[in-house]
Amino acid sequence: MFTSAEIDAIQLSLLVATVAVVASLPLGIGLGWLLARRQFRGKSVVETLLHMPLVLPPVVTGYLLLVVFGRHGWLGEPLERWLGIRLVFDWKGAALAAAVAAFPLMVRSIRLAFSGVDPRLVQAARTLGASRWNAFRTVTLPLASHGIVAGAVLAFARSLGEFGATIMIAGNIPSVTQTIPLLVYSELETPGGLEQARGIVMVSIALAAGALATGEYLERRGRARLGTIHD
Amino acid sequence: MALSFECQHDYPTGFQLRAQFTAPGGVTALVGPSGSGKTTILAVLAGLLSPQQAFIRLGDRVLCDTQRGVYVKPEQRGIGMVFQDLCLFPHLSVRQNLQYGTRWCGSGRLSFDRVVQMLEIGDLLARQPHTLSGGQRQRVALGRALLRGPKLLLLDEPLSALDEPLQDRIITYLERVLAEYPLPTLLVTHHLTQVRRLASQVLRVQGGRVTPITADAAPSHPDSD
Repeated sequence: MFTSAEIDAIQLSLLVATVAVVASLPLGIGLGWLLARRQFRGKSVVETLLHMPLVLPPVVTGYLLLVVFGRHGWLGEPLERWLGIRLVFDWKGAALAAAVAAFPLMVRSIRLAFSGVDPRLVQAARTLGASRWNAFRTVTLPLASHGIVAGAVLAFARSLGEFGATIMIAGNIPSVTQTIPLLVYSELETPGGLEQARGIVMVSIALAAGALATGEYLERRGRARLGTIHD
Repeated sequence: MALSFECQHDYPTGFQLRAQFTAPGGVTALVGPSGSGKTTILAVLAGLLSPQQAFIRLGDRVLCDTQRGVYVKPEQRGIGMVFQDLCLFPHLSVRQNLQYGTRWCGSGRLSFDRVVQMLEIGDLLARQPHTLSGGQRQRVALGRALLRGPKLLLLDEPLSALDEPLQDRIITYLERVLAEYPLPTLLVTHHLTQVRRLASQVLRVQGGRVTPITADAAPSHPDSD
């Protein structure tokens, strides 16, 4: 039904999207909380930088990633020299590009979820003996969990579709960095490509729709459990 | 256990809290118009607001002394608080809400079973807060604050959301609890009935200043003075 290149692309896309979300989630939770709960100098600069990947042309994001994480980049060189981690022309570079592209969506959802938690509940927890960290762990985090899950799922779906930045930093190497969108692009460049790409395009649509439906379901279930909606 | 409280705090809005009082024990009612500083006093006491200048001593323990840089964190003050809107944790069952404080402080001197029995909430333990009536939620919030084993109890307009017959029932529960566990208690209220039935001392809070008055002199509706 699927060619081996298509199966590789599906597996690679799932790996890249999963790693992108799992690796960026702790930072997304931290930044989402910070933006929702704290006022600090330079907050608007952080917000602007955070949202840049949403509005920048993806190839520009990819260019910037190359400058920073390329083999002679500010971080790419020390990463390769000291830790042996190479991001260029590697699936890890694709995961980085996907994480950067999806990060604003993830943080936006998490930030909204933290903003929705009544700060007086945290105060109540403190008067009941919980430290700041324990109050966050047992009250804030569970109450924001539906938004965190929604943000993670949205980021996963966005990661599956990442193209421009990925091709800049990771290239389009079959079975190595060729994710679903890159395979579709390659197939369209060959004669009869429109027909040939139909199967993988359907998989792409199904994965994205499945991820969004799962996210919506988990968010509704979380909110219903808290009594904010009844269904 | 006596409470000494002195506080100066200026808000950016211009409101100034200049409060000084002692509460020797029993129930002390704080009455006064809205915006007079009653809830701010409770927040400073509980450690939820850092005042510009304050000295707070509960028994022989100094909880806050800004001159000497002493500031005990809220979780270490041993002060139980029932918030005006109760603040039950919506993701936890009634039982988990009641036991929340004992997770961090160990079981206090109050028995879980006894408090549940006294407040008649045994049938509610498996339920979620959003399924409870106003009176039930009130009793759970009171039980949760008590089970933490506080040395001082703060009640911030605990009955304001309830209708009158229900208020009367909750006051009976409060009387029952305070008779069995005589905790020093600060009660912020707008209701003269609560003042007369529960309080041994009444403090009027107005414009950020605190003055002692007798229970009989308390206005029938503090907003009106």
